[in-house]
Formats: sequence, C-alpha cells, structure tokens
Amino acid sequence: MRIPCPYCGARDAHEFAYLGDATLTRPDPAAADAADRFHDYVYLRDNPAGRHQEWWYHANGCRQWLRLTRDTRTHAIEAAEPARRDATQADMPGAAS
Amino acid sequence: MSRLNRNRLEAGGLIDRARPLDFVFDGHRYHGYAGDTLASALLANGVRLVGRSFKYHRPRGIFSAGAEEPNALVELRADARREPNSRATVTELFDGLEATSQNRWPSLGLDLLSLNRFLAPFLGAGFYYKTFMWPAAFWEKLYEPVIRRAAGLGRAAREADPDHYEKATAFCDVLVIGAGPAGLMAALAAGRSGARVILADEDFLPGGRLNTMAGEVHGQPAAAFAAHVAAELASLPNVRLMTRTTVFGVYDGGTYGALERVADHLAVPAPFQPRQRLWRIVARRALLAAGATERPIVFGGNDRPGVMLAGAVGTYVQRHAVLPGRHVALFANNDGAWREMLDAAATGANVETVVDVRPNVAPELVEAARARGIRVFTEARVIATQGRTLRSFDVLSPGGRERLAADTLAVSGGWSPCVHLTCHHGGKPAWNEALAAFVPGATPPGLAVAGAANGTFGLGAALREGAGKGAEAAGALGFPVPPLDVPQVEDAPFALTPFWHVGESRGPAFVDLQNDVTAKDVGIAHAEGFRSVEHLKRYTTLGMATDQGRTSNVTGLAIMASLTGASIPETGTTIFRPPYSPVALGALAGHHRGKDFRPVRLTPTHEWARAQGAVFVETGAWLRAQYFPRKGERDWLETVSREVKAVRASVGLIDVSTFGKIDLQGPDAGTLLDRVYINTFSTLAVGKARYGVMLREDGFVMDDGTTARVAPEHYVMTTTTANAAKVYQHLEFCLQVLWPELDVSLASVSEQWAQIAIAGPRSRQVLAKIVDTGVDVTNEGLPFMGAVEARVMGGVEARLFRLSFSGELGYEIAVPARSGAALAEALMQAGEEFAITPYGVEALGVMRIEKGHVSGNELSGQTTARDLGLGRMASTKKDYIGRVMASRPGLVDPARPCLAGFRPVNGSSRLRAGAHFLPLGARPETANDEGYMTSVAYSPHLGHWIGLGLIVRGPERIGERVRAYDPVRGEEFEVEICAPGFIDPEGERLRG
Amino acid sequence: MRYSFLSLLANGLTGQKGWTPAWRDAAPKPAYDVIIVGGGGHGLATAYYLAKVHGITNVAVIEKSYIGSGNAGRNTTIIRSNYLLPGNEPFYEWSMKLWEGLEQELNYNAMVSQRGILNLFHSDAQRDAYARRGNAMRLAGVDSELLDRRRVRAMYPFLDFDNARFPIQGGLLQRRAGTARHDAVVWGYARGADTRGVDIVQNCEVTGFLREGDAIVGVETTRGTIRAGKVALAVAGNSSRVAALAGLRLPIESHVLQAFVSEGLKPVIDGVITFGAGHFYISQSDKGGLVFGGDIDGYNSYAQRGNLPVVEDVAEGGMALMPRIGRLRLLRMWGGIMDMSMDGSPIIDRTPLPGLYLNAGWCYGGFKATPASGWCFAHLIATGAPHETAGAFRLDRFRTGHLIDEKGVGAQPNLH
Repeated sequence: MRIPCPYCGARDAHEFAYLGDATLTRPDPAAADAADRFHDYVYLRDNPAGRHQEWWYHANGCRQWLRLTRDTRTHAIEAAEPARRDATQADMPGAAS
Repeated sequence: MSRLNRNRLEAGGLIDRARPLDFVFDGHRYHGYAGDTLASALLANGVRLVGRSFKYHRPRGIFSAGAEEPNALVELRADARREPNSRATVTELFDGLEATSQNRWPSLGLDLLSLNRFLAPFLGAGFYYKTFMWPAAFWEKLYEPVIRRAAGLGRAAREADPDHYEKATAFCDVLVIGAGPAGLMAALAAGRSGARVILADEDFLPGGRLNTMAGEVHGQPAAAFAAHVAAELASLPNVRLMTRTTVFGVYDGGTYGALERVADHLAVPAPFQPRQRLWRIVARRALLAAGATERPIVFGGNDRPGVMLAGAVGTYVQRHAVLPGRHVALFANNDGAWREMLDAAATGANVETVVDVRPNVAPELVEAARARGIRVFTEARVIATQGRTLRSFDVLSPGGRERLAADTLAVSGGWSPCVHLTCHHGGKPAWNEALAAFVPGATPPGLAVAGAANGTFGLGAALREGAGKGAEAAGALGFPVPPLDVPQVEDAPFALTPFWHVGESRGPAFVDLQNDVTAKDVGIAHAEGFRSVEHLKRYTTLGMATDQGRTSNVTGLAIMASLTGASIPETGTTIFRPPYSPVALGALAGHHRGKDFRPVRLTPTHEWARAQGAVFVETGAWLRAQYFPRKGERDWLETVSREVKAVRASVGLIDVSTFGKIDLQGPDAGTLLDRVYINTFSTLAVGKARYGVMLREDGFVMDDGTTARVAPEHYVMTTTTANAAKVYQHLEFCLQVLWPELDVSLASVSEQWAQIAIAGPRSRQVLAKIVDTGVDVTNEGLPFMGAVEARVMGGVEARLFRLSFSGELGYEIAVPARSGAALAEALMQAGEEFAITPYGVEALGVMRIEKGHVSGNELSGQTTARDLGLGRMASTKKDYIGRVMASRPGLVDPARPCLAGFRPVNGSSRLRAGAHFLPLGARPETANDEGYMTSVAYSPHLGHWIGLGLIVRGPERIGERVRAYDPVRGEEFEVEICAPGFIDPEGERLRG
Repeated sequence: MRYSFLSLLANGLTGQKGWTPAWRDAAPKPAYDVIIVGGGGHGLATAYYLAKVHGITNVAVIEKSYIGSGNAGRNTTIIRSNYLLPGNEPFYEWSMKLWEGLEQELNYNAMVSQRGILNLFHSDAQRDAYARRGNAMRLAGVDSELLDRRRVRAMYPFLDFDNARFPIQGGLLQRRAGTARHDAVVWGYARGADTRGVDIVQNCEVTGFLREGDAIVGVETTRGTIRAGKVALAVAGNSSRVAALAGLRLPIESHVLQAFVSEGLKPVIDGVITFGAGHFYISQSDKGGLVFGGDIDGYNSYAQRGNLPVVEDVAEGGMALMPRIGRLRLLRMWGGIMDMSMDGSPIIDRTPLPGLYLNAGWCYGGFKATPASGWCFAHLIATGAPHETAGAFRLDRFRTGHLIDEKGVGAQPNLH
C-alpha cells in the first residue's frame, strides 16, 4: 500500500503507524455523561466496509499525523490530509462544518 | 557430443552445442547443453521416469515444459543447498547440476509405497475424514505418524541455508509482465516513448512462445525476431529487461512483488552474489502478458510417463531440439494442437497418430496429417494407456476400439489464460464460451492484460494487442508514443470443441496429477455434497498442490459442472492467490536472519563498556551492558552484587542513554504536559524535574519518567526505553489531532543526547570534578530533582539532573551523543580515587527493586496508577488523558492486586518472578489466585532475595504471609508481604 | 450415514458409489426457534450443541456463501489453551477438552493432533511473563512446562541457537496443544447438526432484521424473510456490518491477518512453535506443508488479502528462527478478516436488543475456540445465562472496566 503523504510524497505503508477511526472526537471530560461518552469514544467503532477515515502517523518520515480516506474493501486511498490542517481550516471564518 | 543425447536432433533449437554441460540425476551422469532445462536434458537422454506421485506413488514423467509442471518435481542440489520440489521444467541446466527424485523409497524404480495403488479403491476423496478414529488413542500414536511420513514430497535441507539474499525496490512507469510476443511489443511501444519500463520474464530467454514455435515473424525465425526485439530493449536506457524474474504478486498501490533468480543457474553463487533478489516494483501502470497454459483432457491412465501436453512436445522439439519419444501420438480437441504436431513432425518428430474428439476437423489439417503418414481418428477418444512408461494406448472411435503403440502421447484440451495476477485483488475471472476458458475479470487498479493472458490466442493478434496496450499505458502517463511497426502475422481461426473427461476411461483418470485427484474423486465430492468449487477443492485437495492447479482447476470444475448439470460459470470460478509461483522463504527474508535479523542499537558508550569487559544483553533493539565481570568472580550474581555494593558504598556509573528523550518547547508546553501526565507540570519551577505518570485514554498506565523544565517554555521529557517511540507518537497525536490549538513543538532527541547516571554517596564529588568552573553542584546549587544546563569537561554543553533510580545520591549527566564516550572516560578518571564502578542493567534493576521503583515488569499495560501505588500523584484539579476511564468500577475495585514488596520467610529462598500468590493453606486453583511476583532480585544489602509483586489489597496486608507458588519451576515458598521500599524508605540518601 | 470400517470397506469394493451428502443443502423454512447467522465453525458448533445438549433442533444456520468460507477455512489450525487471564483460561481449556473428544463425538476425523505448542522466550522479562502464564495455567488445572534452552534445543535442534540476534533462552510448552484440520471441523459439525435436524442454508445473506419494538424476531435475507424466536450472530470478521443492520455499534475493528503455507515436505517440525522475538509461528500439516503466520497487517480491512511488508516480516521471523527453511518455498498466502476486539478477547453475550445474541470479537484466536464457543453460545441461547467458563465475555465489560487484556496494550485493536 502506498500512502500519498502530503509532506513526503507517496511512501510505502510500512513507514507509517496506524491508529484507526478518524471520525471520533474526544468528548468533553466535564460533561455529565462523560463516562458514557468516553466509553463510546474509546471502544465503539463504526468499522465500515467501504469508505473509512482513519489516522496514520508517518513514523519513519515527517512524523505528521494524516487523515486518510481509504476504502476498507479495496484499500484504495482517496485522500490524505494533514491532521493539523483541520484545525486551521476550522478556525478560519466561514469554514464549512 | 550429440550422440550422447540419443533423443537430440542433429541441428536446430536454442541450445548452445558448443557448451556441453554435465549433470547427475539419481546418481547417473548425463549430458546436456547450455539452453537446456533439466527436463529437456533428461528427455534428451531418454530419461522418462522422474518422480512418484503424492498419494499413490505412481510413476510419473515430464508432463509440461513450464511453471505448470505437476509431475517432474525433484530435489535439486544437495546437503545444505537441497531444494525440494523443484520443477525440472523450469530448472535451467548448469554444469555439475545434481538432482534426485523424491517421494520414493528405496528408489525411483522400486518404490514400496507404490503398494498404495492396491489400496486405491479405498483411498478416495475424503477417506481420511471417515477413518483412523478407532480406537481413539491410535490417531496420534499410530495413524498420524505414518501419514505424516508418507505425505509431503521432497525433503528439506537439514542445515541452515548457506546462501544469502537481497531485497530491492524499483520504480517504473510501465511494468510489463512476460516477455512473450505481447510483452515484447508492449515494452517496445512504451520503451520508445521514453517511459521508464521494466520488462520481467520468468524464463532465462525472453521471447515466450516465439522461442518454442516453428515459422517466421517479420521475415526471420520467430526466436530470432524475439532476440532482435530484446536486444533493442536492452539498449534503451529507460528500459530494464529482467530475465529469470517472476512477478509473483500484485499488492496495493501498484506494488508488485517479483523474484529475480540471480544465481540459480550456477552451481553456487559467485562470491558476494546473492542467490536471489526480492523486488518490490512500484509501477504506475502494469501490463500482464503472461501467456496461457495448456490444459489436458482427463482419461484413463493419463498420468503415465510419456503422456505430455502437446505444447510441451512442441517446445522440446523446437526450442531444445529434443524428441520426447520415438513414436508420438496426439489426443486433442482443437486445431492448435494439430498444428503444433504438424510443425513438430516437420522438424523431425515421428508423429504417428492423431486422435481428436471432434467429428469434424478442418480438412486441410487432416490432409496435412495424412500426407505425413499420420493415422487420424476423429470422433474418437483415448480410454486407457499401457506400460510402465507409455508403450501403447487404447482408442475408442466409431470404428471400434484399437490399441496403438506410442511412447509419447501429446494431449491438448485447450488453453487457460494465465489470469493469476488479475485475481490477486479479489477479481474473479470470467468464462468465455467461445474460448472455453476463463479470461480476466476485474483487474487490480492500473493493471491491463494483453495477449494470450487476455484470451487473445492468435500470435498476430497478440503482437498487435501488446503494442496497443503498451502504447496506451505510456500514453496515459503523458509519454509521446511513436507509431510502432507491428509484424503482420496471419492467425488461423481458433477452433476448439470443449471436452474435459473421457467417460469411457479404463483405469484411474487423473484430474490433478500432483495431488492424485481422479475424476472419480470429483464424483465422490459431488455425491457427498461438496459441490461448491471451494468445497470441491478442500475436500479432494484438487488444485492445492505446488502447481496451484494450473492444469487441473478448470477440468475439475468442468467435471463437477457436468455432474450437477449446471454450466461452468454457474458452478464457480477458479481464483488464484499469490504467489504466482512458489517463492523461497530466504528471498522474502533477505538479509534479515541470524545476527542481522533486526538492527542493533548501540549506546554512545558501547565501545567504552566493551573495553571495561561488559557482558551485553539485548533489550529491545538495544544492546546494553548487563554487568561487568571481573576476574575471579564465580557467576553473574557475584558480579552484580559487587556492583550494587560499590554504588551504595561509594559511586558507580551506568549509561542510560536508551531512555527516550523528548524536547518540548513553546508557550503551551506545560499545558500539554498537564494533559498527558496525571500530575501537574505547568507549575514546575524552572531548573527542576518531576517524576510523572501518563495513562492511556482507557485509564491504564502507559509510561513513566521524569520531565524537567529547563526554561520557562522548554521542557525535557524522559520516557522508558521500551516506550520511547510510542510516547513520542502519543504526544504528536495529542498535539496534532486532539489539541492543535496548543503552541508546542516536539522533537525526539533520544539519539542526540548521551546520558550517564552516576550514583552513590561519592557521586557529587565525582560530578564536581568534571563540571566546568562556576557550575554549582552543591546540595543548594543542585538540590534533589534539580535540573540545570551547564558545561562539563571544558566546554561541552551538558544538562545535569539530580535524579535517582537507585535510591542513592545520584545525577544524570546528558551531553551531545558524540561526547558520551568521553564523558564516561572523564567520570572514570574523576572517580578513580573513589574506586568508581561501572555497573550494568542488572545492578540497576537490583537497586530499583530494593528501592521499590516500578519498571517494565510492573508497567505491564494491565496496571492502573493506583495498582502501582502511584494513585496519590493524580491531580484532582485538572483533566488528563485517561482520567475519566480510570474511574470505571473495574479499575477502582479495592480488590485489585496492588504493588507490595515480598521477602522470603526462609531467608535463603530464591524468589522467582512469575510465581503466583496463594493464601497459606489454600488449594492451588484459579479461585485462590491473589496476584503474582513481578520482579525479584538478590539484595546484597539485605543479604536475601526480595521481590515486588501485585497482590490483592497488598498495602493493607503488610506483615501477612502468603505462598509464592511456582509450579512451572517446581518451587514454592512462603513469603511475607512488606512495603515496596527495602532501602532508605524515607529517601534521606538521595536528598543528602 | 455413520462412518465405520464397514462403510469404508463396502464403498471401496463398490467403486465409492454409496456415499450420501454429508449434510443437506437446505432451503429456508418460514420460521425457526433459533436462527444462527454464520455458517462457520462457531455457528455450526452452536447449532450442533443446541440440538445435542439442549434438544433445540428447530434451528437454521444461514450462511451468505458456502459453509466454512470465512475464517474457519482461513486459519493456521492451531488449538491451545495457554492463556494467562482467568477470564479466558477456563473457556479455552473447556474448548481443549472438547477437542480431545471431538472425533468420537462427531464420528468425523478432524485430525485433532496434540503435538504441543512451544512459545519461545528470548529475555528474562519474557521468561518471567511466561512463568506467570504457565503458573496461571497450572492453577486452572492446565498442563504447562517451562523449558530451559537446553531442553528446547533437545526438542528442536535445528532452531538458530548459535547465531541469533535474540538468543533463545527457553520456552513455555503446552503438550496438549496442537492442530486440527480446519475444514473437517466445519464439515463434522455441519454433518452432526444436520443429522439432528438443523437446516444448513447456504448462499443466504442477511440483509436486515425483523423487529417488534426493540426485540429481534427474525431476519431478512437474500432468500426471503425468516422468523425466529431468537437470532444469534456468529459472523466474526463481519460482526460490525451485521450488527449495524440492527443499529448496534460494537467494540470491534475488522483487520486482515495473512497466513501462509509452503510446498509439501517430508516431516520437518512436529509441533507448533512460536517465535518470541518477532511475529512468527509455524507448524506442519499432515499433508506436509509448513503452515505459518505472523502479525496482522494492522489497518482496517475487509479485503481478505494483505501486503508485502507483513509477508516479508513473517519470512524474516522464520529465517531468524529456522534458517534451514531458506530454500523452501512459499506456496500460497491468503488473508482472513479478524474481528479485532478492543481488549483482544471475545464476546459471547446477549445484546441490548431482546432476542439478539452475539458471538464475536475472536481476534485471530477463533479457531481453537470453536467447540467451546459453540457449546457456550448454545448454553446462553438455550438457558439465557452465560456458561460458567464464558462469564467474562460480556459486552458491557468495556463500560465497567472488567477487561480481559492478555497483552496489556489497551483499546487499540491492531496491537492485540
């Protein structure tokens, strides 16, 4: 599998470490139902057969966390974006979502 | 010379008659030529019996001329280089080649297990599952050992493989797999466009069927044309022509696995030459042009030596100038095989008979055959064969039954495109009714197919398709493709009537020759309900042998279809898994074996430690000094005890560079640390260090270590050796994913800093001698948990930490890695007057256990901070990773095993880590299991063994006695629970 | 039909014409007492024990493809009960006991072969961990032996003892462990269940669940609607997908594990060996192929195939352990989809939806569990209470924190 690292170019997947589902958000620890929310966050997964957003870390490269969009049936990679870009975009006025 | 090869034609073939080669088969010496395979050379010498079959030990000969060979498997080479199950048909002959037949005893000619054939009526498919059950105990004791000895084929070498292997990675625009007509044209078209092209072929001679056919292409003999194209390709700087290279697998992202047999055509590899090389080829586009495999017709006695694929007969005659026999017959269902035989006859083979299942065969073929004196039977079939090796066969035709003499029976039931690689991403081949063959279905992304592999069987069409698809691949990547002059070859029409199995067969009719699966076995599978293709395969073992069913899958499927009444596509399809053909494990491993299995990490003081006589130990990737034995010491324990005593009495030093070291800088560094550690770091004073514990988000302890604040916005973290990479990755996750708003920069500096710990009451005096003038290392200047940047050894930048793992007054001195060894020398010199003692990880371990510090054995990933007695460190004033989940009932259960110390009640007992704790007098069973000993050490200070362990409600049970139960070592002792600090529990020494 | 010397003899003499189907290829009926989704080893064993032990025979096993097409036919056939934690060990030992009587029970030779499993260790810390495990096994009444280097060498002299990067120090041996013929286990249970009246329905894929309120009362399938008193899922690899049809999210990720077999060889290795300094384990089948494997590929996948880095890693482990295999050839590799659970241990439990039962999360250890998994799942379905050996396999343990984490790697499935 070749991962198109936005910083380093396409690299073999063995340079990367995999973490998993990138659609999860760490819950508010102060919420009244924090225990339930953390249970879902830490343990429950959609685990879809198909398009999957997931975290990969370029351990033997730029050491950046990437959000990949990959099909779990074909392993085809649709997109690889740096994790941090999400934040900067979200911070931008008028950013979608 | 050729007279020595009684079956060799006087002229022709792609062999080099000027280069005769000697080889040995089963102890007999033979001769062949450069350009021969082992199979062609054996046939040239008249050797027809080459192996025994898997199950019934029936005599077997050479069946094919390629990778599909099911029968002619031999043990190649000898001793440590013995290669079992080597296909003689793809083994390039070399001088001194040594091969032995396999799966027979005592000899190939007389094989006692061939008596199995008398049991054959009882040994049908699935036989094993229905028997060997009575009496129950006999399976492992009697039946199975007998089966295991009888099964298998060749023998593995007994010794380690003496050759070495390499791995390499290549990148190209267009990968062309197969250098036959389509592949050569494709590579030429793409190559001339300037694209980076790799053309790989498993053969040692590019050309594919151009090398095995009679006739001309482009006005020259076909083989000469192939050589001409190959020569041009070799001359193009952007083209890499890789012969002896099998592309065996298609992986994700356009990655192809390939095996280059660098030195398999030599008796032994040249010095420093690898035997084979594993290639990972990353290709933007690929074209599969792997050709097609002929398949047989299944009939009674079809496994007799002398029965051979028609194309193989052609190959031996045309390419190797070898006559497989003196009296050749053909049994076929298609025109192509006729032409193959007519060409062979024209070249010198004595073809006497043609049997075709079809009632009507093209008149020009029949006439051509008759003109050569060949007897022709149409609407006929072969139903039986005779002879130890083939002597005669029986034909059933409208004219009746007749026995005909022949020593070679060429068989052709059609052709199966080599679709293997197209299936590697799960694509299923599609049935093509006109060709009666499976052609590629969905292919992996970027992979196209051309030529016979695509069902394009005609030579002219294959050349055109190859050129077209090669141009297409290069063009799609933006390369300007000049027009290519494709040779014009007129293709005869494809004419074949599907025919699979002679129902009137006498004697066993084999579908899968290698696994001895007969047509009757397919019938049994059908009767017992194993009708899905996968069930058929698994129940009968059809297609599971080393040839992966290349010549048998489709026929098996067709026979099953005829039994169920369904069509072939309704019955199923054959899929192929990697590798395309078997790959040596040594090649997949490359250099990674023995000492080179994994890289070794050495500490900056490794050479110094070696000079000090260190014994080293593998700790993860690192080699660390375990202890430093001195003359006269009886064992490691004496050495380690001496080292411990020396530290506690005076001073010692140890390299602790292996700890992970992470540099954190930025205004939010303290905030980040507060969120990853259970305790608080944002309030840490500059110039101080603090011990921290971090949890995983699930609430269990992930790692511990000290982190120092060396400037207001600059922290230096240490992690355990084992978790260095994991913690760094975790911090980056926190920073990049969880809290990207935090302004912190991280750098792993584990490799950049050498760090040496000195410990013991004299350590301050030693330190004072190596720091530069003006550096204050007094108790006031560098108090306990102090951390300062300073200069040492005359200007070397350094960080000084006053930390202690041993419980003694201690310091850690970090200097740039290049100065590590010098630092060790300087400390040794400075400490000479105090008899400073280098100590290793064993002594370090003893001292940390004496002190009650937790380490790897306690940080098992199954323990909470509370389990380890560190619960009080957790801040209640902030959130941190793992806080919420750490409060789950299962993690705060007061009955969880918690850290405690242990001492033997009988002072002389040696404690063992891994022993479990049981209440005194309780039965040894899981219900009474209260925990286990995590770490043990002999304490020279106390004069007995001590331990740390996790035991239910440990801290509440100080003074209680329990049983340390260790049945796997046949030991058990009574131990007393104590507090986990055995030495200086108040910490006076380290603060002094 | 019962297999005996007599039936074999008779068929041998009559040209093997008397055999009948090992199981009926049933069409689905409109309703059953229990529907088991998934015709793998676990589902078929569940059906068998429901019928045999609990007398519940109005049962269908529905399978989207052919029986045994999932992990039952894609594993490396190892059976063992060498677990550390009390939540696991009694269950796997119960499974081992069932394996030991399986052939006689089923009148089918599943080739259960107790030639032992040896887990090698290469460091003091590993030795201590194996001692801890071996002792835990003994406390559970299970055989285990801690061998030193000398005894390991006597057993397997061809391992790399003299030139290893991580020298072999010893091993933990369970002699009763071994291998079984995976397909035969599937077929044996299918035949046994079928004989007792269970319908085995192939090519029948679940597309949805039939609900009455919260309760699950049947399934929608590619072969029509089938009602059921209880629906039980045993679809490891696809648990999340099927559970999602009922609106459940599970603590599971699907990952691919590759497995490998070499060309057939005369006997090389007697038992099962696992390498302690890399991901590699190996045994040899009765047919002669070396059967081996290593780590999962490590990313979510439903593709039943993996990539080269793991192939190479496995071969490297093999060569580091047994350098005599260098010239032996890898014949086939394949991938299976593992239900990687969040703590590395399985789930056998009711779900929040009445009438829906779950058997999932087997990671790469499902094959050895087959008999006990069937036994305990049947027990749960029939009695409503967990079997005594499977009480820890609860779905709510992630909420309560009563995890069964043998490796101590936490909620990261690809590390288990």
